[in-house]
Amino acid sequence: MRFVLRRLGFFLVTLWAAVSFNFVLPRLMPGNPVQALEAEHPHLGSQAIRALTILLGGNKHQTFLAAYIQYWGHVLTFNFGISITTSFGTPVRTIVLDALPWTLGLVGVTTILSFVVGTFIGLVSAWKRGGWLDSAMPPIFVITSAFPYFWIALLAIYLFAIRLGVLPNESAYSIGDTPALTWHYIADVLDHAILPALTILVTSIGGWILTMRNNVITVLAEDYVRMARAKGLKPWRIMWEYAGKNAVLPNLTGAAMSVGFVVSGAILVEYVFNYPGVGYMLLNAVDALDYPLMQALFLLITVAVLISVLAADVLTAILDPRTRELG
Amino acid sequence: MARGQEGDGREGAPAARRTRPGAKFWRALRHNKKATAGALLLLFFVVLAVFPGQIAPYNPTAMSFQPGLGPSAAHWLGTTSQGQDVYSQLIWGARQSLIIAFAAGGLATFIAVIVGVSAAYLGGVGDGVLSLVTDVLLVIPLFPLIIVIAAYLKSAGLTDMIIVLGAVGWSYGARQLRAQVLSLRNREFLEAARVRGERALYVIMVEIMPTLTSLIVATFLGSAIYAVLAAAGLQFIGLGDPNALSWGTMLYWAQNDAALQTGQPLWAIMPGACVALLGAAFALLNYAFDEISNPALRPVRRLSRTRYVPAYSLDGKLLLPEEEQLGART
Repeated sequence: MRFVLRRLGFFLVTLWAAVSFNFVLPRLMPGNPVQALEAEHPHLGSQAIRALTILLGGNKHQTFLAAYIQYWGHVLTFNFGISITTSFGTPVRTIVLDALPWTLGLVGVTTILSFVVGTFIGLVSAWKRGGWLDSAMPPIFVITSAFPYFWIALLAIYLFAIRLGVLPNESAYSIGDTPALTWHYIADVLDHAILPALTILVTSIGGWILTMRNNVITVLAEDYVRMARAKGLKPWRIMWEYAGKNAVLPNLTGAAMSVGFVVSGAILVEYVFNYPGVGYMLLNAVDALDYPLMQALFLLITVAVLISVLAADVLTAILDPRTRELG
Repeated sequence: MARGQEGDGREGAPAARRTRPGAKFWRALRHNKKATAGALLLLFFVVLAVFPGQIAPYNPTAMSFQPGLGPSAAHWLGTTSQGQDVYSQLIWGARQSLIIAFAAGGLATFIAVIVGVSAAYLGGVGDGVLSLVTDVLLVIPLFPLIIVIAAYLKSAGLTDMIIVLGAVGWSYGARQLRAQVLSLRNREFLEAARVRGERALYVIMVEIMPTLTSLIVATFLGSAIYAVLAAAGLQFIGLGDPNALSWGTMLYWAQNDAALQTGQPLWAIMPGACVALLGAAFALLNYAFDEISNPALRPVRRLSRTRYVPAYSLDGKLLLPEEEQLGART
């Protein structure tokens, strides 16, 4: 329990750091961002200007601390004002909530899939040390892990959408399709998700395979595994219950750490495929200098990553008795 | 270049302190296929980056050709929609990616060493603060962070990019280095130095640093991969300098002008392939160094070479059940 509480404390500190970073950064930059935006967008009303001042600074009559406290108030109520360029006048909250399900679906499903499949391949490849799987996998995935996500995405588009013409190359559903719970719509959504999902899968699975393989190799050298062999336990039981279970624990923490990495890659994948998720919105916001939307999306991504880190910590605490005793 | 770094580290260390990984590096590097492949790939790109003017057939920025040409003898990879030679741009692009890899990777490694070693050496509150900062940076998603910083910078030039990538990319290395130094803390040779009354700086530089060489190299290689990929990503989405001669910028223009859709696939695919290959070069070296410093991860086939066998049993552990070892020997 104390382990989980400590991790919760860390979660809060990191959240504080991310929000403070959002607050400080625009204020560190030269010039007055609000005045610049006001000059560029004369249609902004006085209320929008006031919200922007809280977000980005520029209020000369307010102390730094007062502005900081006011900023926190807005963040905690998720009040990021209105979008100033991307889709003028729409509350940032609405845009973010529209984009969120797409990313959760795409990144969530592919991450879990890639973790499960990758961990399994890593386990088998370490178990059959020196077999064909073991000799082929590491070099291949060492190389693919360094491939840029967006390049794989471009290749996928070129091959499947342009050359073969079998899959759509952009958006999350066909133009003119109305979102509804019909087979037609669901099939359409899945059709559009295959290429982006495949891209994320190909680039992220190697990491799981390699770390799991290395973990299993270390665990297989432990005395209790030799003991199990000496006792004459069935090999599959040693593989699953002795090696697999213990080796997956560090991988789980690694999984949490790399969620940030996957999310980062997914931003580029969404961009290439014009997939209307959080990452695509973030880049649109950056492109249009829509600072309120950008800040909200950055915070959202950070919070999502932090929550998954915390979830992995809790899961580790449940699965690994050592963390319970130590805590 | 990674080899050169390794050599420097060894020259700085006194002969007596040359520990196992340091002394065997060259031989291991030559014997490890992944390391050889990675080093050759890297060398290839270094040559491109140093002599682009001699290798590239045309001026990479000159818009002097017919736009949108397909591959031909005169233009191996065709021309851009601005009438520039894609092949020449590709060769010139190597320079910026390598500069970013070495400068940003080096900066990140430098910070990682300073933070990691001092955290472990200081202990107490200093360690607490430094570790917290490291952990926070480790879980905050870096790429969105970099995007946000780049957005406030407007278009990020080469120096901006190096500083930002170096400043955010050090946390993983710092954490590993700290753990390594902590594990050394109570070793006799450090105890001896302390009893001799050596100053902290001497202990760190002369006693501790040489034992960290392989981890520092690994940190550098990891940071370099990250820097190359992140920089290419930033330039691809248009947050870099749009006039820069780099693979990321080439990809940006190719995407902007719909190269894939208009029958110019090589213009979009080749710069990405170069980024991927450069990343793969660093990744291969990194994995090879991992194998060299951690004998448990070496390919099993090595067991057939008798001189590697004792390395396994020295640890007091046999890594594999006996029957599989025998199987590997035959």
